[in-house]
Amino acid sequence: MKIIVAGNGMVGYKFCEKLLAKSKPGQFQITVFGEEIRPAYDRVHLSEYFAGKSAEDLTMAPASWYADNYIKLHLGNPVAAINRTAKTITAHNGLTLPYDILVLATGSAAFVPPIPGVDKNGVFIYRTIEDLEMMTAWAKKAKKGAVIGGGLLGLEAAKAMIDLGITDTSVIEFAPRLMPRQIDDTGSNILKNKLETLGLKILTAKNTSAIAGDAAITGMQFTDGTAIETDMLVISAGIKPRDELARLCAIEVGPRGGIVVNEKLQTSDSSIYAIGECALHKGMVYGLVAPGYEMAQVVVDNITGGNNSFNGYDMSTKLKLIGVDVASFGDPFAEGTGIKTIAVKDTNKGIYKRINISEDGKALLGGILVGDADQYNMLLQACKNKLALPPNPEEVILGARGGEGDGGAGVTALPDEALICSCESVSKGQICSAVSEGNCETVDAIKKCTKAGSGCGGCLPLVKDLMVHTMKTQGKYIRNVLCEHFNYSRQELYDLVKIHQLKSYDEVLDKLGNGDGCELCKPPVASILASLWNEMPLKKGNATAQDSNDRFLANIQKGGTYSVVPRIPGGEITPDKLIVIGEVAKKYNLYTKITGGQRIDLFGAHVSDLPKIWEELIAAGFESGHAYGKALRTVKSCVGSTWCRFGLHDSVSFAIEIEERYRGLRAPHKLKSAVSGCIRECAEAQSKDFGIIATEKGWNLYVCGNGGSKPQHALLLAADIDSATCIKYIDRFLMFYIKTADPLTRTAPWLNKMEGGMDYLSNVVINDSLGMCEKWEAEMQELVNSYKCEWKEAVENPDIRKRFTHFVNAPEEKDPTVHFDNMREMKRAKEWK
Amino acid sequence: MIAEKTITWFPACNKADVPENGGVCVKYEDEQIALFHFARRGEWYATQNECPHRKQMALSRGMIGTQADEPKVACPFHKKTFSLKTGECLSGDECAIKTYAVKVENDTIYIGIDKDA
Repeated sequence: MKIIVAGNGMVGYKFCEKLLAKSKPGQFQITVFGEEIRPAYDRVHLSEYFAGKSAEDLTMAPASWYADNYIKLHLGNPVAAINRTAKTITAHNGLTLPYDILVLATGSAAFVPPIPGVDKNGVFIYRTIEDLEMMTAWAKKAKKGAVIGGGLLGLEAAKAMIDLGITDTSVIEFAPRLMPRQIDDTGSNILKNKLETLGLKILTAKNTSAIAGDAAITGMQFTDGTAIETDMLVISAGIKPRDELARLCAIEVGPRGGIVVNEKLQTSDSSIYAIGECALHKGMVYGLVAPGYEMAQVVVDNITGGNNSFNGYDMSTKLKLIGVDVASFGDPFAEGTGIKTIAVKDTNKGIYKRINISEDGKALLGGILVGDADQYNMLLQACKNKLALPPNPEEVILGARGGEGDGGAGVTALPDEALICSCESVSKGQICSAVSEGNCETVDAIKKCTKAGSGCGGCLPLVKDLMVHTMKTQGKYIRNVLCEHFNYSRQELYDLVKIHQLKSYDEVLDKLGNGDGCELCKPPVASILASLWNEMPLKKGNATAQDSNDRFLANIQKGGTYSVVPRIPGGEITPDKLIVIGEVAKKYNLYTKITGGQRIDLFGAHVSDLPKIWEELIAAGFESGHAYGKALRTVKSCVGSTWCRFGLHDSVSFAIEIEERYRGLRAPHKLKSAVSGCIRECAEAQSKDFGIIATEKGWNLYVCGNGGSKPQHALLLAADIDSATCIKYIDRFLMFYIKTADPLTRTAPWLNKMEGGMDYLSNVVINDSLGMCEKWEAEMQELVNSYKCEWKEAVENPDIRKRFTHFVNAPEEKDPTVHFDNMREMKRAKEWK
Repeated sequence: MIAEKTITWFPACNKADVPENGGVCVKYEDEQIALFHFARRGEWYATQNECPHRKQMALSRGMIGTQADEPKVACPFHKKTFSLKTGECLSGDECAIKTYAVKVENDTIYIGIDKDA
């Protein structure tokens, strides 16, 4: 049987995937025609393209997937005409093919209102990767932006503008409020306030009458006589089903567009189906991916001999729009006799929650969440599965009195048929059995096996809770092994390497692992060896087990050159040393920048120059700053009592003492520290792995603070302690962390995962509840005593030094592909492709 | 019939020039070739030095290892991995890298360069 799919978007792709899963090999000959030049990609996450995802990252499946499954894929070649009598299609390039079944998955186009001037340069739609590429190019010279459309797509486009650096952007909505189809007036106002604090201008009840400018846009005029200036406009005001193929061959379409389908998704021609955003089902076009996938499933079931029908779709959604949670579920606007509404509004925090409940107070009919949608999944489940509400229904949005959240209990209360992933229609029962019977013990494995969470990803936290819960009920210990070569966690491996006194990567692999190693186990094992024995990382046998940066004791940067960071303890440096850094930078043509940790970073060094640069730095009294290692980086300090009129103690001297004590200490992840001379906290010690703040009586020690993508403040471990006690506690804290943390886990997430949390940690460190403290202090002292500058060792050892070349057979030549551009009187790495 | 190919054996370096279980970059005319000594397996491999992901001359500085017994190299930039045998990308991307034959004679390492006959 010959099947032709017109359209290779997300839904067209999903149809192929589902059809393959359900058919026997060779049962169908599938041919796909797509208009775009790329195989189907994830349009839902298009805005992530700006956040660094490449077109490949967004691809649903590469072209080879189609070939491997015997699907003939024509890209850049849409179906141009259908001959229903002959049952053939003709493609754009003239190719004519017969079909038994034709599936129209042509999707939609952006709806562009007929405003005079929409054809000017600088006016864009937001739909395809090509649109994004054109927007990116234009945005470089644009300063003010505007978006027509205050709905879901419009706000997505506004997010894209912010990502493109155009923070002065106006959002223009025709309706009197934002997201009119999903949320009510109160919710819209809260959302509007939140977006305005982010710098967006929100103009509602505005109708654009003209776009001003000559060749390029310069502004917009509205029907109320007002106008704004702008040099870039994105129109994202809704979608228009792509039904032109159907119109051409006289298949029935709706009065406002869309190919009319019945509950089997058949068009007015029973051999032709329409799915996704081009289909009009009971007067409704579904602009979300989940109903499109459901339609694909229905068609697959019907053409493989089953009997399934499409009966509308729940349009509940949860989105994070520019950092603001917005969700609506069930019937968000339900009103009328017998229906009760409970709402909470907090304009201070920007939170609005509304639920609609039945007259008897037992059933949840729908609701709206703005600003905090953590309860969305639970509420949606309660609504869909008609779970009985508690006697005080307000608790579901306010939380039960007494504080304790229901956490895991919420998941257990769901029935097995509860739909967890609505994109892929995966139920709780299916996920639990993937864990218990399919042996899926990671979220990724569950994703592969059930496809749950592979669409919008919104259900992943719930999937993880279900996995952990199911594994716990089976009495399973949740193992955390390194990779296929080691069946141990990092903590187990650390103890075993120590007990067996293993000193090289190969010894560890031979004794404790299997196979030949890989990039997942080499760095953590090398790190364990360094934490235990403090030997030169480039020692023969261990050099090739080091991670990228440790391998050359420098940070690899764009273009393949390296950056060099000498240690400047506490951020204190003499004029003479500053001059040496300047001279070295000039001599080797390096870009110089002050780092966040009060040091100086020298960028753009050729690998073969590294030993020469370090020779000069070492001669001037510098040593390695370990900026390349999972090791102690810097101990930042404020100027302290030696100069500052507020300073209580000499924070610089203490910072230098701390930095010199722990320099070179290898750990599961990098370590940062700071010392502040008073409570004004100029050194930002509370954002560090361990931070120290002077008090009238001594020092306060804070631990487990991190910056990074999920910043977390450090917590107070001990107050008003003297310097010696402070160091003793840091010794114990660091050894406990190095011994027990998973690879690449910083101290904040390490503490978050620790059962008992801060109470437990302070019991271990201060009260010595594990009886290990004396041992840890001794071990730390050994590491301190055995410290050597590894760059000094590297430049003095000819065998190690000779590895610092680009070409093994032309050691004096530099990599000819390295190029720099000029910028502000210095150089920068040439942009990569 | 496939066109005859002749292999030119190019002497790249000595065995001791290549770190065990690691790689080096070899200059051959205008090409950069990454040469690896997988000492644990007693094997030698050569591939293009450029990682196709971001077009960086860096594969020779990558870590080598195996994935289900398939020897591979991980690019130091973003850890994309490639089979040392076939050049195929093992991280799910469509790009592949070129591979070269390697032979060892009297501690000299030769890289085989394909020349169309």
